[in-house]
Amino acid sequence: MSQRITIDPITRLEGHGKIEIFLDDSGEVANAYFQVPELRGFESFCVGRHAEEMPNITNRICGVCPEAHHMAAAKAVDAAYGVECLPAAKRIRELIYSSFYVTDHTTHFYCLGGPDFIVGPDAPASERNVLGVIRKVGLDIGKQVIDCRKRNHELIKQLGGRGVHLCGAVPGGWAVALTREQQAEFRTCAEQNVAFARFSLQAFDDIVLKNREYLDLILSDLYRHETHSMGTVDAAMAPNFYDGTVRVVDTLGNEIALYEPASYLDHVAEHVEPWSYLKYPYLKRFGWKGFVDGQESGIYQATPLSRLNVADRMATPLAQAEFERFYETFGARGAGPNGRNLPVHHRLATHWARLIELLYAAERMAELLDHPDICDPNVRRAVEARAGVGVGSVEAPRGTLTHHYETDERGVLTRVNLIVGTTNNNAPISLSIMKAAKGLIHGGKATEGILNKVEMAFRLYDPCCSCATHALGKAPLELVLRRAGNGELLDRITRG
Amino acid sequence: MSNSKPKLAMYWAASCGGCEIALANIHEAILEIDSHFDFMFCPCLLDTKKSDIEALPDGAIFLTLFNGALRTEENLEMAELLRRKSQVLVAFGSCAATGGIPALANHHGIASVLETAFCDAPSVDNPERLIPGISSHVPEGELELPPFLSRVLAVHEAVTVDYTMPGCPPEPEQIIAVVRHVASGVPLPPAGSLLGCSDRAVCDECQLEKRNVLAERLIRPFGAVPEPGWCLVEQGFSCLGNATRGGCQALCPSAHMPCTGCYGALDRDADPGAVALSALAAALDPGDTAGRDEAALHARLAGALAGVADPLGTFYRYSLAATVVADRTPEVDQ
Repeated sequence: MSQRITIDPITRLEGHGKIEIFLDDSGEVANAYFQVPELRGFESFCVGRHAEEMPNITNRICGVCPEAHHMAAAKAVDAAYGVECLPAAKRIRELIYSSFYVTDHTTHFYCLGGPDFIVGPDAPASERNVLGVIRKVGLDIGKQVIDCRKRNHELIKQLGGRGVHLCGAVPGGWAVALTREQQAEFRTCAEQNVAFARFSLQAFDDIVLKNREYLDLILSDLYRHETHSMGTVDAAMAPNFYDGTVRVVDTLGNEIALYEPASYLDHVAEHVEPWSYLKYPYLKRFGWKGFVDGQESGIYQATPLSRLNVADRMATPLAQAEFERFYETFGARGAGPNGRNLPVHHRLATHWARLIELLYAAERMAELLDHPDICDPNVRRAVEARAGVGVGSVEAPRGTLTHHYETDERGVLTRVNLIVGTTNNNAPISLSIMKAAKGLIHGGKATEGILNKVEMAFRLYDPCCSCATHALGKAPLELVLRRAGNGELLDRITRG
Repeated sequence: MSNSKPKLAMYWAASCGGCEIALANIHEAILEIDSHFDFMFCPCLLDTKKSDIEALPDGAIFLTLFNGALRTEENLEMAELLRRKSQVLVAFGSCAATGGIPALANHHGIASVLETAFCDAPSVDNPERLIPGISSHVPEGELELPPFLSRVLAVHEAVTVDYTMPGCPPEPEQIIAVVRHVASGVPLPPAGSLLGCSDRAVCDECQLEKRNVLAERLIRPFGAVPEPGWCLVEQGFSCLGNATRGGCQALCPSAHMPCTGCYGALDRDADPGAVALSALAAALDPGDTAGRDEAALHARLAGALAGVADPLGTFYRYSLAATVVADRTPEVDQ
């Protein structure tokens, strides 16, 4: 008789993501399902809205990453109305966006994903949080994390107009220009961010990479999947978060697509399963082959790791050095086709990749602020609404984010489509959970340690099912073993 | 774990997490919350589970800040559970107060929401038009999803709400002020009151200069570059600051962007969209009406209002749960 294990990552609100694991007669894992039981329906209720209001409506998709939706929406409106963003306004958008990346990646590393490594995957759950990180790395780090959030939040509020759901985007521009005083203040902020990112990479080096046990965990087969990689790159094939072309490399490192976001429908389609409200994007060239990885599967990932995998280089010098060290460490540097790096498929390396992106975002802020025209007051102009189609895309921290709008001649939306960051990774998350569960749960037995290691398989994606698992704190778990026929409770393990 | 401090809970239903981030954005002051309250339930921040809440005696939680609208049966259950367990229940943020952005779905209906997402989206490959359902058979057993309510509800439509704290999200300064007030032991205002906001309009907090001129017509944010320092409404922008409750220090107008009304209507008893429209109409110059016939007046008015092609999303953006306008029931759909 088969058994069922339910893992509710956020037990008290079943509405935001759960895992169902079925065991066969011998107590081995038969299958695992990652379900997202929530839908608000922005694609439907945004029809009829003024297109230019989309940056202010879709930022309410996610209160943790409103900047990503605000920027993708702004770009989609620019395209639908047929206007180029003014150069100074584009720099301000990217400056805000880079600052947001610094806060977002910091939060994930210190409060969510990092504690597993910094404190240790087998440490008691009560220690595996930001307070445990502080105890391990030192009290000063807590202050640094708070300060980092605060100074970048201040930049976002000053330039974006609001602290959480910013309001600065206008078609072809930005609401306010940067003053000379702000330039100086934010330049200091950027320098502090660079120092903080370097410190974080050093901490990762000292605590994780120099610890054989942790390194073995990263390299273990348990957390390894071969899927294709997606990310946005600039003309020199370096990652860019705000703008560029979408590049896809296959599991072996061959470039298999390089496209303007506007042609996303030629490359990506979404599969529907009856048991989840979240769809499953896949590469059309391979088709949907089910929940399998490998070169012939259409499943791809869009994460900090995949963004490095598609890149030939980083656009800033300090990040470039870390990028080289990263692939060197995995023996992948220059080992792929055409002298490219081989893709790294060890999913736990995503945490390291995230810190390299943190450093790039900080350096990019400084670059933008040093631009001679960053304080150009010409950030806004009058434009006209029109009937059109616009696709806007950015790299959200959790994956390539695509907004697709169609408008009538009054600039009223007639059709809206969204593929949000985490959605790209819906199938890979399912694969990772399945693999971790199969590798860890045997003979019908699951322990708290196993629970955490299964959790680590999806936490590395920093999934944002509705921001549930990436705000401050950690996702508690409850694991219930039941006999399928009569629902008899066999075992219950809770962690929190 | 026993704790003599009053218990504080924060819950999210159909929401984005922005209310929690607004709370986190009080930065160091979050330690004050810890010193005054036993912050014991917050799915976004802490680990307490629903079963722990169920095990509490009724009224065991002193204060619950409930954010998010009610979209699923599960949201509704949590509202009912937390109502029973809480002495004071606050509808926190626009979604809880009046439905917020998720309640825009009430104009379309849940069937349309599902068909758009799973069948009609241009990226979807779903020739069989399969729509995820509450119970699915897979080879290993049954999988379940929570059912949707037929329409999105504001919290007060389902349970008794003691106070309402508006904003999308409520501003951090307002949150900490309310927490300090409650912690001080000073008696709370009468039940039903609003907390964390002004009893005056956003306009009263706005630093932009009023020149007492009427706008010729309404324009959208991209229609002109606003003159810095000058009232947006007088320049013709559809800024709702005059009809919207203050408390945000006029953040959006200060960034030269129109107020979109997230703190809700200044007059709680009035229809929020109607008062917003009236306030804007009053700021428009009717022109010389003497001797003009009705058709000419209508044409003049239509021209002046042409800058609002989406009245629903402009005037009812955050309030489509608690208002009757445009509420599409299944019967209407048919």
